[in-house]
This record gives sequence, C-alpha cells and structure tokens, in this order.
Amino acid sequence: MAVVELEAPASKPASARSASLSSLVHSLVTTVDHKKIGLMYIVMAIVFLIIGGCEALLMRWQLLFPRYDFIGPDAFNQLFTMHGTTMVFFMGMPILIGVGNYVVPLAIGARDMAFPRLNAFGFWVTLLGGLLVYFSFATGGAPAIGWFAYSPLTERTFARSAATDFWALGLVVSGTGTVAAAVNFLATILAMRAPGMTLRKVPFFTWTMLWTSVQILLVMPPLTAGLVMVLLDRNLGAHFFDTQNGGSALFWQHLFWFFGHPEVYILILPVFGMMSEIIPVFSRKVLFGYEFMAAATAAIAFISMGVWAHHMFTVGMSRTADLFFAASSLLVSIPTGIKFFNWLATMYGGRISFASPMLFAFGFLSMFLIGGLTGIMLAAAPFDFQLADSYFLVGHFHWVLIGGTLFGTFAGLYYWYPKATGRMLSERLARWHFWLLYIGFILTFGPMHISGFLGMPRRIYTYEVDRGWDFWNQLTTFGALLQTPSYAFFAYNVVVSLWKGRPAGNDPWDAWTLEWTTPSPPPSYNFEQIPEVRSRRPLWDIKHPDDPDWKYE
Amino acid sequence: MSEFFLLASDPEAVQNLSIFDPVSPPAESIRSLSALVAGIAAFIFIIVEGVLFYSVVRFRARGPRTSEPPQVYGSKAIEVAWTSAPALVVFILVLVVTRTLWDVNRPNPPSKPQDHALFITVIGHQWWWEYVYESYDGRKLDLITANEMHMPASTEGVARPVYLTLKSADVCHSFWVPRLGGKTDLIPGHPNEMWFQTDKPGLYLGQCAEYCGTQHANMLLRVTVDEPAEFDRWLEQEAEPAAVPANSAVEEGQTAFLAQSCVNCHRVRGTRAVGTFGPDLTHLMGRQTLASGMIANDPENLRKWLTDPQQVKLGCLMPAFGLSTRELHEIVAYLSTLR
Amino acid sequence: MSELAANTSGFADHGGTTGLPFPPAIAPEKALNTAQWGMLAFLLSEASFFSTLITSYLAYLGQDTAGPTPREVLSLPLVFATTICLVASSGTIHLAEKRLHENRAREFLLAWAATTGLGIVFLLGTAYEWRQLIVEHQLTISRNLFGTTFYTLVGFHALHVTIGIAMMLGLAGLMLGRRLSIKEAQPVQLVSWYWHFVDGVWLAVFTIVYLVGR
Ligand code: HEA
Ligand code: HEA
Ligand code: HEC
Ligand code: CUA
Ligand SMILES: [Cu+2]
Repeated sequence: MAVVELEAPASKPASARSASLSSLVHSLVTTVDHKKIGLMYIVMAIVFLIIGGCEALLMRWQLLFPRYDFIGPDAFNQLFTMHGTTMVFFMGMPILIGVGNYVVPLAIGARDMAFPRLNAFGFWVTLLGGLLVYFSFATGGAPAIGWFAYSPLTERTFARSAATDFWALGLVVSGTGTVAAAVNFLATILAMRAPGMTLRKVPFFTWTMLWTSVQILLVMPPLTAGLVMVLLDRNLGAHFFDTQNGGSALFWQHLFWFFGHPEVYILILPVFGMMSEIIPVFSRKVLFGYEFMAAATAAIAFISMGVWAHHMFTVGMSRTADLFFAASSLLVSIPTGIKFFNWLATMYGGRISFASPMLFAFGFLSMFLIGGLTGIMLAAAPFDFQLADSYFLVGHFHWVLIGGTLFGTFAGLYYWYPKATGRMLSERLARWHFWLLYIGFILTFGPMHISGFLGMPRRIYTYEVDRGWDFWNQLTTFGALLQTPSYAFFAYNVVVSLWKGRPAGNDPWDAWTLEWTTPSPPPSYNFEQIPEVRSRRPLWDIKHPDDPDWKYE
Repeated sequence: MSEFFLLASDPEAVQNLSIFDPVSPPAESIRSLSALVAGIAAFIFIIVEGVLFYSVVRFRARGPRTSEPPQVYGSKAIEVAWTSAPALVVFILVLVVTRTLWDVNRPNPPSKPQDHALFITVIGHQWWWEYVYESYDGRKLDLITANEMHMPASTEGVARPVYLTLKSADVCHSFWVPRLGGKTDLIPGHPNEMWFQTDKPGLYLGQCAEYCGTQHANMLLRVTVDEPAEFDRWLEQEAEPAAVPANSAVEEGQTAFLAQSCVNCHRVRGTRAVGTFGPDLTHLMGRQTLASGMIANDPENLRKWLTDPQQVKLGCLMPAFGLSTRELHEIVAYLSTLR
Repeated sequence: MSELAANTSGFADHGGTTGLPFPPAIAPEKALNTAQWGMLAFLLSEASFFSTLITSYLAYLGQDTAGPTPREVLSLPLVFATTICLVASSGTIHLAEKRLHENRAREFLLAWAATTGLGIVFLLGTAYEWRQLIVEHQLTISRNLFGTTFYTLVGFHALHVTIGIAMMLGLAGLMLGRRLSIKEAQPVQLVSWYWHFVDGVWLAVFTIVYLVGR
C-alpha cells in the first residue's frame, strides 16, 4: 500500500459550502440515515474525548508537585468524576456504536439499520444524556463521587447539591439511548443480512457488535435500575443505599459492577472485531481460525457476566467468593488469548503493510497485551489487596482503554474514513499521530504502575512531599503533555483531508467485505442491488474467481 | 526493589511505602504471590511480543505486491494447543491464589488471656481515623485514640499480632498500610477484619484507599510499632484520663475550651467534653501530627488549625470559630498540656 | 489496487461457463423479522431490569429497621383478584391474536377490548391497594426498606401495565380510524408479546412479594 500524501484539492468552491451550511444542519437534525447518524456519534464522541482529555490535563497539572496548589480538592474530585464518566459513557461507547452504525449495515449488505428512527432517537438521547451530566456544572459544581459513585457518598447527606441528580439522570437517559442502539443492532444483524450471509459468515466486526449488543441489553438495565434507586433515595427519601436505615452500601457496588465489568468488555469487543478485519486485510491473509475467534467472542461475553466482584476483592467477601471471582477473571484470559494468538497467526506468513490502520492495529497488539497482563495481576485476588485503588490500577485500565479501545478505534477510523468521505487521510499526519500517542501514552501510564507499587492511591488531589512519588507523577504529566498534540494531528487530518485528501475510490485497501463494493461515500440507499454472499470474504471471491473462499468454508 | 523505584529521589528524605518491602506476614505472602504472577506475566509478555515483533519485521511487505500470500484458514490442532497452554497457566494461578488467599484472609480469633494479641476497632470518619483499643494480651482496655495507631513489635519467640475490626461512621473508606498488608475496606453496616504483625519497630505509613469525599487525599495513616516495653508505657499513658490543669494559665485555657462548642465534637476524658464527632483529644500531645497526619503537631500548627481548619484542610468537617487571639492562646496552652 | 464497480450484480454469476468453480445455490433462511427481533431484544433488556428490581426486593427483605412488615399490611384476597385479571388478560390477548388471523375483526376487537379492560381493572386494584397501604398503614416509599423496595418493584410493573394499555388503546384507535389495516397482524403480535411478558413479570412479583416474602 503506497503511502498517501495530501494532494491538490479537488473540492467545491467555498461559497457554495457556506450557503449549504444551514441545510446541512437541517439534514443532520432530521436524518435517519445510519451513515449520518454513525458519523454524528463519532463526532460527538471525539468532542467528548477532547473535553475529557482536557479534564485529565488539569488533574495531571495538579499532581505535578507534591502539595501543589493549582486546583483545590473540590475541583479535582469533580474532574476525575467527570473525566471517567465522560470517557466511558460519552466517548467510549458512542464512538464504538457510531462506527458500528456506519459499518454494520454496509458490511452485511443492508440498506439501513432495522429501525432508522429509533436509531436517530438513540443518538439524540445519548447526546441529551451527556448534556444533562455536564449541566451539573450549573448547580455550582459537577458531582464529586467518582465514576462508580459508591454509596452512601451519593446520598443527600453527603452529596447535597443537585449535581448528583443530574449525573444520575443523564446516565439513565443516555443508557436508554444505548439500549435503543443495541436493540437496533440485534434486529439488524439477525434479520437483515444479505442473502447467503449466514450467521457463520458475517464479517467479524459485525459478529462482535452482535455480542456487544447482547451484553448491553443484559447489563445496561441493572445500571439504570441502580441509578433510579439513587434518584429515589435522593428525591423521595427511599432507603436503598441509606446505611443509617438498613440500606446497603455493598448492594450498590454489586449493582454497579454487574454493569461495570461487562461494560469494559462492551468497550473492547467491537475493537476486537475491528482488529479481526484490519489485520487480515493488511497482512493479505484470511483471518486465522474464524470459528475459534467467533466462539471466543461469545465465551468472553458469557464469562464476563460472572466476574464483576473482582472490583470488590477488598470489601471483605468470603474467601470462597474471592476465589470464585479470581478464577472466573483469570478464565477470561483463555478466550482473549485465543484471539491474540489467531491475530498473530494471521500476520505470520503474510505480507504486512503498515498503512495507518495497521500501524494502529500494531499499537493495539503491542499495548493491549500489557494491559491484559496487568489485569491478570489484579485478578490474582491477594495481589489485588495491594493493587486495588492504587495507581497501578489506574495504569491497568488506561492501558486497556487507550492501548486497547482507543488505539483499536483509531485503527478503525483510519480504515473506514476513506469509505465514509471518499478521501484518503494523510499518512504523514497519521504517523505523527501514532508515534506521539504511542510514546506519550507509554510515558503517561507506565509510571503510574510504579507509583502504585510505591503506595500511591488513586483519586487523591495531592500527596505528601516525602513519599518519593513526585518523579513518577512528573513523568506521567510530561507524557500527557506529549500525547496531547497527537490528538490535534488527528483532528487536523480528519478535517483537512475532507478537502485535500486524495480521492479514495471504492476499495482503497483492496479489502474483502461488502462495504468496499459501494461507492465512497456510499449513496443513502447503500446498495443498488442487494448483493449475494457465499463466503466470509465476498470480495475475495470476486477478485479470485479461480480460488474462491467458499470452497474452504 | 523499592531502592530502584525510588532512585529518583533523595533516599534519606523519602518514606518507604512500597508493597515490595513487606514487614508483616500477610504482606509477605502477597509479595511472594506477586513475584510468581509477575514472572508468569513477564514470560507471556516476552513470548507474545517476541512473536509479534518477529512477524512485523519478517513479514513486512517490501516492494510492490504481485500476488497474495498463501491463505491459511486455520488449524484445529494449533487452536487446541493454544487454548490448553493458557488454561494450564490459569490452573496454576488459581492454585497459588487459593493458597495465598487462605494465608492472608484469616478470620480474627477471639481474644484470650496471655495471647499477646492486640484487638483494635478502627472506625473510619470523613477524614480521620478513630482507634478503639479493645484488649491486649487478654486484658480488656478502655481506650480511644485517633489518627496514630500504636502496636507492639513481636520479639524472639513471642508473636504479637494485631487484629483489627474495621467499621465506618459515614461512607466507605479503606485501610491500607502497604508494608503491613493489603487493604481492607471500612464499610458502613458491614464490619470487616484484618490482621498483621511485625518484629520491626518503626513508623509505617499509608492512607485511606477508597475515595470518601473532599479530603480523601489527606486521610493519612500512621502506624507506630513500639518495642513491647515501650508499647506498655504508651498504653498506660493513654489509659489515663486527661491531665488536670497544673497552673492557673492552663486552667483558664481549659475553661475557654469547655466554654466553646469544642465539647460537642471532641472528647477529653475526665472533663465534660464528650463529643464523638471529631477525634479524641485526651492525649493530643501524644501524637506527632494533627489533622490525620497532615501537619506536624507543634504549637504553631495547632494555632493555625484552630484559627481556621479550612485553611489547613479545605472542606474538613471542623469549621472555624472566629476565636479571639486570647482564646486561641489559652486553648492552645491547654491543649499543649494534654500529654 | 482494484476498483470495483458499484453494481454488484456480478456476485451471482461467476463461474459456470468459464470453467471456474461454480458456487453453490443460496438457501433462503427462515427466521424472525426485524420487528420481532427488535421486540425480543427489548424484552430481554426489560427482563434484566426487572430481575434487578426483584433481586433488590429479596436482598432487602427483612432488613428493615422499622415497621410495618409485609405480613402486617399486604392483603392477599385483593391481590389474588388482580392476579386473576392479569392472567385472564393473557388469555384474551391470545384469543384476539387468533381471531385476527382468522380475519374475524369484530371478535378480535372484542377480545382486544377485554384485554384492555382487564388491564385497567388490575391497575385500579393496585391503586386501591396503594391507597390502603398509604392511608391505613402509613406505608410510604420513605417509611422503611419494605416500602422502598415494594413501591419501586410494584410501581415499575404497574408503569409497564399502563404502557401496555396505552399501546392497546392506541392500536385499537388506529384500527378503528382505518389508519391501520386490521389484517396487519404484526403490531398486534408485538403488543401481545409485550403483554405476555408483563404478565410473566407479575407472576414472578406475585410469587415473591405476596407468597414467599410474606
Ligand atoms: C477495555 C477495558 C478493559 C479490559 C479489556 C480489561 C481486561 C481485564 N481486566 Fe480490567 N479494568 C478496566 C478495564 C478493562 N479491563 C477498568 C476500567 C477497570 C477499573 C475500573 C475502576 O475501578 O475505575 C478495571 C479493573 C480491573 C480489576 C479490578 C481491580 C480493582 O479495582 O481492585 C481487575 C481485577 O481482577 C481487572 C482484571 C482484568 C482482567 C483479568 C482482564 C482480562 O480480560 C485481560 C485478558 C487479556 C490478557 C490476559 C492478555 C492476552 C492473553 C494471552 C496472551 C493469553 C495468555 C495469558 C494468560 C494465560 C494469563 N480489571
Ligand atoms: C477511554 C477512557 C479514558 C481515556 C481515553 C482516558 C485518558 C486519560 N486519562 Fe483517564 N480515566 C478514565 C478513563 C479514560 N482516561 C477512567 C474511567 C478514570 C477513573 C475515573 C474515576 O476515578 O472515577 C480515569 C482516571 C484518570 C486519572 C486518575 C484520577 C485519580 O484517580 O485521581 C488520571 C490521572 O492522571 C487520568 C489521566 C488521563 C490522561 C492523562 C488521559 C489522556 O490520554 C488524555 C489525553 C487527551 C487529551 C489531552 C485530549 C485533548 C486534546 C487537545 C487539547 C487537543 C486539541 C485538539 C483540537 C482543538 C482538535 N485518568
Ligand atoms: C463540628 C464539629 C467540631 C467542632 C465544634 C470542633 N471540632 Fe475539632 N475537629 C472536628 C473534626 C471532624 C476533626 C477532624 C478533622 C480532620 O482531620 O479531617 C477535628 C480535629 C481537631 C483537632 C486535630 C485532632 C487530630 O488528632 O488531628 C484538634 C486539635 C481540634 N479539632 C480541636 C478543636 C477545638 C479546640 C475546638 C473548639 C474550638 C474544636 N476542635 C471544635 C470537629 C469539630
Ligand atoms: Cu477515607 Cu478515603
Ligand atoms: Cu472488571
């Protein structure tokens, strides 16, 4: 794959553009086209990524020196609450749902999602939820409860302002949108596949979106129920988490993590899907062991429903319970390992080209492994007694969320951008993006593991002078500053390439799934004629009529 | 181990809180588990990253593509192999986890005469620690102190374990002194237990490890391990009621103190100050620090604290009282006698 | 890098005459349609929601620090009656569906109305029960844990019954206004699934709150 450079523009005159701005806005607000909705999800998520990132930068600056007086405890506690909430609910999930929205109908040969209006509803409601959560600032300050909002800290007694109500309400509202999206994915994937595309032949990203949707359907409602209980406690004087009147602090923890753990797999399964499409295309080899990969996906979805209390090893459960949750958590590494090894086997013997999607896929492979292994350390329950709620944990989850989810999602965005816009992104800017992020990321979150070993707990706005944590915190802050421009490179690339990018054509990556048969960008109806499918790589069959895939499946 | 991590700082000036320098059996068991787990992780890391980098270098496309490489669809034998290998690793991990778990999480025994064991109930408050000394060596104790815990060191042949019962007065907290043991949460309505013991006298630091509100960052833990004789002296001292004013200046101080609302929140045993919302002040001068380990306990800081606690520990639950300079002076003088 | 035509008709007719391998025929798949999958997916999430509420009811059962207890205040005869209404309504909605398939519009509407009516009776029964609890026994959501969990669980179920009734009324309105052909069985089927689900939830709630939990 040749390296693509910015080229002379071939775009409409500017005046025509500004005139059409209001009609563009109008068409976005009223659209029910899965492609536009998908893009709106993605743009919204990137905006929230920048907001959440800026919140992180403020926290990092506060932690630059011990006993530093930059922002006080109140602001700091609000910042990590909003940072975590934003990144998980308004960056991570929307960006994956957005990519899914864009890609899934195209990849299975459908003209839209099953319920286009429900789809639009899902997006707007998610946005509304985000706005509600941020509206809490208007009450005099965001909630300061942490993203998992342990009770009884969320009771009126301890969190008096309405900020916590807005936070809970916003999550209920956006959760509804997420469930709507999952209903839509499930119906679309199960009932709208092109003729011949049996469930055993769906493209891998679609397969993972299916299981992600199942997980959303199973675990989002318990969170909603829990948040409703918080709201009832706070506003109607109910006693669910009111420990003075028999309420239980632990019950909330169970409710939250029953959602919270599957949630982190909701954030990674679609990425596994993207990797399973990108790695084969750029290694020029068929995905190794499709059936095992498919089974591993389902296994991860199942097992991850039974591991939630590994977030609660320190609450004083019985040893048997500890052991059960440790063992089930360790068990997840087996299907995840299957995935890893199959990706490596796909690359092995291939002809790997490092265009931007593959570069980020490489970032994912090399980094997610580390995050997974630190997860194993946490899952070893007694080790977790030391590591829980320390900066080691913060290191673990950023390693999987950024090294896994974010790197993988960037790979997906670089991969499908040409399809969505008809333009190639600049490879040179992509490389800047990648290397700044890769190095900055390692510098930011690597040292966190060490400050954790040295006894530094999370969620502290300041620390003592004599702890020896300053050096590692300074390194972390430096890394955060180093990765910041990488996002600017990305944003600049995405915007400018709309005009200046080289035209992409239908199939710039010489790929194998149905979306690459449509024009770029695809027309609103996607396919003039619904394609028929005989294998997992329909385009391979067309490109290699002498040796089609369906002979081997 | 920690020497390496701390290399960036002046070793003299730095306190050691490393989980890799355990001084107590639970922390030691965890360290040996961690070495094994980290070893396994490192092994997997090297192999997988090795294969990854090998593939990246070896199979990188060079020059223009002419044909596709051979397509390999999968292999059942290989899949079975790389499912069972991790399964074996997981099995081993589960075994060692079980052993360590049963080592570390022992339920507290009941207190018995001559057991050399110290029983303490720790109560977490927003943002300070209350220690209720229940019994030592089978003797019942009637002693409450705050923020700085003392315990006896074990000596040749005599183990002096400490058994904690962990409770909370408000929200969730977590007790974490890394060199003594892992953390255990203090949860309202759900008492927990933990234990440790050590033969190395000294000061061990830690802090609250569960986010508990504004000043979670300054809910610091200090555990002083004394030689047994030293500890006995400390116990005796702490069990005394508060010092009676020895001169009129101090007496005026006491009057001022008792006239203020201090008595609603603080206890000074032997006076009518019986509040329980704030730390017990009976032997305030027996402590090295104020405000849960935040600042050194000297008259200067004490004055600062009483002038406006919010200047020292923003958001803490003790308000400023607008004391006059005179009252301030008197109360500090009085508190300074509470040894 | 190959450029593919937008026209994808090439999919079907490769092979054959050219001596290339000839693809097998495509067997049509039999499965539910999108609306049915959509409703099932939605009901799955609803099941998860109610499981959570039921779990919380059980988790807090008997943990109260103040009275009254379920045994003291819950009246069985009333709730038996409302339960019978709801169970019967599952039967009538099933009948309605069948009559629709047989194209007997009048009988369909009758059974449909009966279902709605039974649902409303159930709601009225619940309203009466709540009135008794609040006025006579002073059991409110803030009284004790029993009140908290009881009103949350039963209230959310009643909310779902209400939504079901609204859907049935709406659908009947559309049909009577000729906006929806009476032959269109799909929405009727979906509402019926929903209604059966809500009934099923009630049976679980009934068993747990009124039989086991007392
Ligand atoms: C993308 C999100 C994501 C992913 C994928 C994971 C993956 C894993 N996580 Fe992580 N985790 C989080 C996000 C994620 N986590 C977050 C956000 C938190 C903190 C929340 C908070 O407190 O705020 C958290 C917290 C967390 C805890 C709680 C710690 C605590 O609070 O005390 C634990 C404990 O068990 C844990 C374990 C694991 C394990 C075992 C995996 C496994 O799935 C990893 C499996 C992968 C591998 C192991 C690598 C590949 C496998 C092989 C190469 C095969 C061979 C390997 C072996 C046989 C070991 N995680
Ligand atoms: C996917 C999720 C995600 C992502 C991407 C991140 C990204 C980052 N996180 Fe976050 N983090 C969480 C999820 C995530 N985090 C969660 C769940 C928590 C727990 C919260 C809790 O405890 O409740 C947490 C907590 C957390 C803490 C712990 C706080 C504490 O415990 O006290 C810290 C501390 O350093 C931190 C830092 C960072 C940093 C430096 C980044 C950086 O990677 C961010 C870099 C991004 C930017 C800097 C973007 C800004 C870009 C620009 C400004 C460029 C301008 C561009 C244009 C104009 C187009 N995070
Ligand atoms: C509203 C309740 C309240 C009142 C009234 C009050 N305090 Fe406090 N006090 C507290 C709390 C709570 C703390 C713990 C603060 C922390 O560390 O977060 C505290 C801490 C202290 C400490 C530090 C104790 C230690 O071990 O760190 C001293 C000394 C003290 N108070 C003295 C006083 C005096 C003198 C008065 C009267 C002028 C007073 N307090 C009135 C609640 C109160
Ligand atoms: Cu107490 Cu954090
Ligand atoms: Cu988890």
